[in-house]
Amino acid sequence: MQEWANQLCENRQFGSKMTDSKYFTTTKKGEIFELKAELNSDKKEKKKEAVKKVIASMTVGKDVSALFPDVVNCMQTDNLELKKLVYLYLMNYAKSQPDMAIMAVNTFVKDCEDPNPLIRALAVRTMGCIRVDKITEYLCEPLRKCLKDEDPYVRKTAAVCVAKLHDINAQLVEDQGFLDTLKDLISDSNPMVVANAVAALSEIAESHPNSNLLDLNPQTINKLLTALNECTEWGQIFILDCLANYTPRDDRESQSICERVTPRLSHANSAVVLSAVKVLMKFMEMLPKDLDYYGTLLKKLAPPLVTLLSAEPELQYVALRNINLIVQRRPEIMKHEMKVFFVKYNDPIYVKLEKLDIMIRLASQANIAQVLAELKEYATEVDVDFVRKAVRAIGRCAIKVEQSAERCVSTLLDLIQTKVNYVVQEAIVVIKDIFRKYPNKYESVIATLCENLDSLDEPEARAAMIWIVGEYAERIDNADELLESFLEGFHDESTQVQLQLLTAIVKLFLKKPTETQELVQQVLSLATQDSDNPDLRDRGYIYWRLLSTDPVAAKEVVLAEKPLISEETDLIEPTLLEELICHIGTLASVYHKPPSAFVEGSRGVQHKRLPGSAGSGESVDSPETTSTAGVSDAPPAVIPSQGDLLGDLLNLDLTPTTAGPPPPAPSSGMQLGGMDLLGGGLDSLMGDESEPLGGDLGGTPAIGAGFGAAPAALPASFSAPVSGGLDDLFDLGGGVGMPMGAYSPPKSVWLPAMKAKGLEISGTFARRAGVIQMEMTLTNKAMSVMTDFAIQFNRNSFGLSPAGPLQVLTPLSPNQSIEVALPLNTSGPVMKMDPLNNLQVAVKNNIDVFYFSCQYPISMLFVEDGKMERQIFLATWKDIPNDNESQFQIKDCHLSSDAASNKLQGSNIFTIAKRTVDGQDMLYQSMKLTNGIWVLAELRIQAGNPNYTISLKCRAAEVSQCVFQSYEAVLKN
Amino acid sequence: MIGGLFIYNHKGEVLISRVYRDDIGRNAVDAFRVNVIHARQQVRSPVTNIARTSFFHVKRSNIWLAAVTKQNVNAAMVFEFLYKMCDVMTAYFGKISEENIKNNFVLIYELLDEILDFGYPQNSETGALKTFITQQGIKGQLQTKEEQSQITSQVTGQIGWRREGIKYRRNELFLDVLESVNLLMSPQGQVLSAHVSGRVVMKSYLSGMPECKFGMNDKIVIDKQGKGGATDDAGKSGKQSIAIDDCTFHQCVRLSKFDSERSISFIPPDGEYELMRYRTTKDIILPFRVIPLVREVGRTKLEVKVVIKSNFKPSLLAQKIEVRIPTPLNTSGVQVICMKGKAKYKASENAIVWKIKRMAGMKESQISAEIELLPTNDKKKWARPPISMNFEVPFAPSGLKVRYLKVFESKLNYSDHDVIKWVRYIGRSGIYETRC
Repeated sequence: MQEWANQLCENRQFGSKMTDSKYFTTTKKGEIFELKAELNSDKKEKKKEAVKKVIASMTVGKDVSALFPDVVNCMQTDNLELKKLVYLYLMNYAKSQPDMAIMAVNTFVKDCEDPNPLIRALAVRTMGCIRVDKITEYLCEPLRKCLKDEDPYVRKTAAVCVAKLHDINAQLVEDQGFLDTLKDLISDSNPMVVANAVAALSEIAESHPNSNLLDLNPQTINKLLTALNECTEWGQIFILDCLANYTPRDDRESQSICERVTPRLSHANSAVVLSAVKVLMKFMEMLPKDLDYYGTLLKKLAPPLVTLLSAEPELQYVALRNINLIVQRRPEIMKHEMKVFFVKYNDPIYVKLEKLDIMIRLASQANIAQVLAELKEYATEVDVDFVRKAVRAIGRCAIKVEQSAERCVSTLLDLIQTKVNYVVQEAIVVIKDIFRKYPNKYESVIATLCENLDSLDEPEARAAMIWIVGEYAERIDNADELLESFLEGFHDESTQVQLQLLTAIVKLFLKKPTETQELVQQVLSLATQDSDNPDLRDRGYIYWRLLSTDPVAAKEVVLAEKPLISEETDLIEPTLLEELICHIGTLASVYHKPPSAFVEGSRGVQHKRLPGSAGSGESVDSPETTSTAGVSDAPPAVIPSQGDLLGDLLNLDLTPTTAGPPPPAPSSGMQLGGMDLLGGGLDSLMGDESEPLGGDLGGTPAIGAGFGAAPAALPASFSAPVSGGLDDLFDLGGGVGMPMGAYSPPKSVWLPAMKAKGLEISGTFARRAGVIQMEMTLTNKAMSVMTDFAIQFNRNSFGLSPAGPLQVLTPLSPNQSIEVALPLNTSGPVMKMDPLNNLQVAVKNNIDVFYFSCQYPISMLFVEDGKMERQIFLATWKDIPNDNESQFQIKDCHLSSDAASNKLQGSNIFTIAKRTVDGQDMLYQSMKLTNGIWVLAELRIQAGNPNYTISLKCRAAEVSQCVFQSYEAVLKN
Repeated sequence: MIGGLFIYNHKGEVLISRVYRDDIGRNAVDAFRVNVIHARQQVRSPVTNIARTSFFHVKRSNIWLAAVTKQNVNAAMVFEFLYKMCDVMTAYFGKISEENIKNNFVLIYELLDEILDFGYPQNSETGALKTFITQQGIKGQLQTKEEQSQITSQVTGQIGWRREGIKYRRNELFLDVLESVNLLMSPQGQVLSAHVSGRVVMKSYLSGMPECKFGMNDKIVIDKQGKGGATDDAGKSGKQSIAIDDCTFHQCVRLSKFDSERSISFIPPDGEYELMRYRTTKDIILPFRVIPLVREVGRTKLEVKVVIKSNFKPSLLAQKIEVRIPTPLNTSGVQVICMKGKAKYKASENAIVWKIKRMAGMKESQISAEIELLPTNDKKKWARPPISMNFEVPFAPSGLKVRYLKVFESKLNYSDHDVIKWVRYIGRSGIYETRC
């Protein structure tokens, strides 16, 4: 090896440059002046030296912008090194001296014509970095030439330059047609040009979320996959990251891309490997699970992920954060690899903590003995955070793997014996969780815990201990003494401890009323009279009242059986997890936050999602099952369901006892634009179909449910859009001047503030100029500002889904209302609902996710071209079996048949023919739903009779009821 | 993408600062210094987010390299790039030190301009870079048109790591199989985890554009070849084939070919490079076994006895053996007796360091020590760090054997037989620990 090192030394190029460090030292007065003189010197060497000094000063942060003209003067040189230095200076200062920067333009333009490709590229590269508007104008022509340069080196540089220019002036780039040229470069013969073009396009596309810039189709994908084999490691990363944004048409295409990407898993560059993993993880969603290839692919993923753990520690960290996500999404990949996550003595702390996290996720009955032995080892380490986490991990193992609980408890007891303060406290916190999971099993250890009462100085540990004493008061002889001892310093305790103490003493009182009356009175008065904390006071009052009015009820409430705590806490919310899987390898996957949480501006606001789980109509069955499986795995703790007030009250009592941090969703403050919010919540709520939905959702939809309720006033949203164009004019000869437009019910409250932590939503649906809109008023009735609104629908009968994100751009301050119109389309996933027009909605803000359901008037789905030819109408009417006909009565309607016809036409119910028989008008009408279902109607109006009779015929008879409701609503308003 | 790249010395003074994106201001330089370099506590993560700006850092000796961004960049790529940056700098001017960086700052700026464009990493193969970024400066003028286009086609080409027209009088290549064997053993001698991470480093001095094919005793390949594959060289080695858990290759290796046929074919870069890395976990030869015995005698004394056994062919010699036995922080004095080598208590490192120059296979040696402790009232128990070992052995603990490395160069008139090939195996200890 030695001789190889010698070789290395020969390659060094010291020469005269040994002394460059001297440039860093000068700091005397009049320096600028001296430099000026040197820059204008005739001697080339001296000039170069001076420029170097200038750059050195610039590096350390000195302002040398005063030398601008002098440095620019040095630009006209044959010396490439000097030229590069001057360019470097220009990039730094051009912005502060835009007028003088113009002086440099000529040289740039000239250099772009230089016979030497290196100089041409240098010029175009530098020019793009000079962010001065005037210069960018001059840049266009040279850039255009360079994009078509014969030399690939120039082309690859020009490709990046388009991205630079776009960053300065996006409009200019579009106007000049550079984007098209850039797209052409994807088919370039040189792989590096392709890679840079892909990188530039991906970045530009990111700031134009809806543009179809990166038009990925099977042909371009094929080109990219070919270039993938040939370009540099960095180029491979750009291409793989771009591929990950593509959604294959079917499982076959998905498989063939996977097959061509898997060889990348053996690349030496970890980033290439991780990006390949990202593509595979995403496309795998589309593969049927019973496919042989699916299993092969799963097996192929584990080894490269393990190999990443022998990379440098920083990369290990990135890899571990990603493995953490992968393990949550597909536990089967790493399930046999537990050992590689064992902590090494000199791993950096950040690697240790991450490994620990993954160990717990992988813990199972099969490996629990090993894991526990390791964890016990870690609990004696030096780093306090690490030790705490290790102790907590032991507790989590006990909860996760039932068979190990006993061993975990005894390990924890051993640790308590060490008397190391923070170990003891951490152990007590987790033991409390174990009690919650396995009641009446390990209470024998309480005595040992009580011995350590005095050493507890952290609120969490004190609260845990108090909870234990209160919960098991009947088994602890001196429970009253123990609790009393805490009571002495009641006001110095943290709220967490105070609340816990209050509850514990009340529990104690209910269990041993005779001896503890005094104690309970003391704590109630402390909580209600001497405390400033509203939570504490309120809880105190509630207990007080409960105890004084009905002690039996108090017993039922306070000593109610608690639900067992969930096995897996701290799982990432499934929808967020899906998004993060799409971001494998990136910062988002390192932070475990969506990009919108840490990226400013429009970039990164787009939400990516896995293909299969999108549930689009044509997707294969298996991904559906995957996504639902993922949901059912998710514990209810991840998305807190909305309880009523009483439930909340009980929750207060429970909150400190549920292990782990609060659900990640609200704390990360993310915007969940296009995400499937319902994936986690509603789907699982819907699991039991027999139960009325209202009950499931915490009673929300019971309020006014929109449609059926009689509107109090004439709807304000009675606007008159030009709905049908010419057709309407001809048909409605008589009805001039009638306000026409689709009927829209008045707004009703969908989500009362009480159910949604202060957010009130009322709304209605309307069809305006052919576009279905959901019009809502969001009112903030809480005390704090609300931000980051997002909306998502559950699958519904007609595939309604938001056509764009919920546009609430400004934060909603307390007592403020905002009107939002959300355009909808009908291309979402379809699932038949009951009633048919029921829509389940999830709205998210920075505080929480809220669910409600509402009903939309089906008339909103009547399309403008719903007028049937007479002949066809007749034929269809006959064709539809009579079983499908249903008849309804519309009462108390005083419109003439013409007026009714006009009114209905406004809602796209078209009258095809009218017949009058015996003073009875018969209107034959047709309408078409967005999904192509035709409904035919016969409306009979008897002059002088306010009751109309309507017969509906439709191949899908289920819609008749809804259509009738729409008729009624339209006619009566 | 990467918005800026800064290099600091240990005091937090900026040595190099290159900003690529408009969203990164000069204040980012200070933010990193204040929040990371001058941070009170130890840095808990290599990625830091300060005011919506993300900083990635790596440290080389006392130099900090930081990449900055405001976007959701590919984090793995940023770190890979920082390592690459270090490699490139080392290849140009040797060790990364404050002095070298200051001496070469113009060069570094030039490199940064070339290998990172608008924050996108570009070709960073030293071989290619050295053809046109030199510190002579004059090269730019003296190039002919052919040379220029050769440079650009190499930098952007499919074989960016090798230039055409290389000539050697003697075609020669060196293969080093370098393995590091890692072990974590319980005090009872149970293997908790063991793996070998190996590298095949190649140094090639070959003319033209040679096509190479590398073969080793990979179980999958050998099994595939079946009976016919039981050739002489495979028969000779005791273990026929090894199971490789995973391997990664230099970018010159055709990955799709490896994926389909498991053959390793490539056109090598000129000079030294790492052909492949691999990892094995099965049937590892553990060159040494450490048997610890720690006994607490009262509160102020520890008795430690450690036996090491070498476990390889008696004809082979292990070298540079070092056993490190940790001692408690309150150690006041140590008496050591060892049969072989030298042992010393190093108070500053809280360890007894036992060194043996050479040791043959199938031997055994022992050290015993008495450790006197100062009485303390510190409740916290001593963490008992594991006993670690360092050594070097002249074989591959994974059992990997090079079966062949064939060279084909159709255009020039030398054949595989004319190439002089050297192979050697070195096994080193990675993290080789036994808990006590």
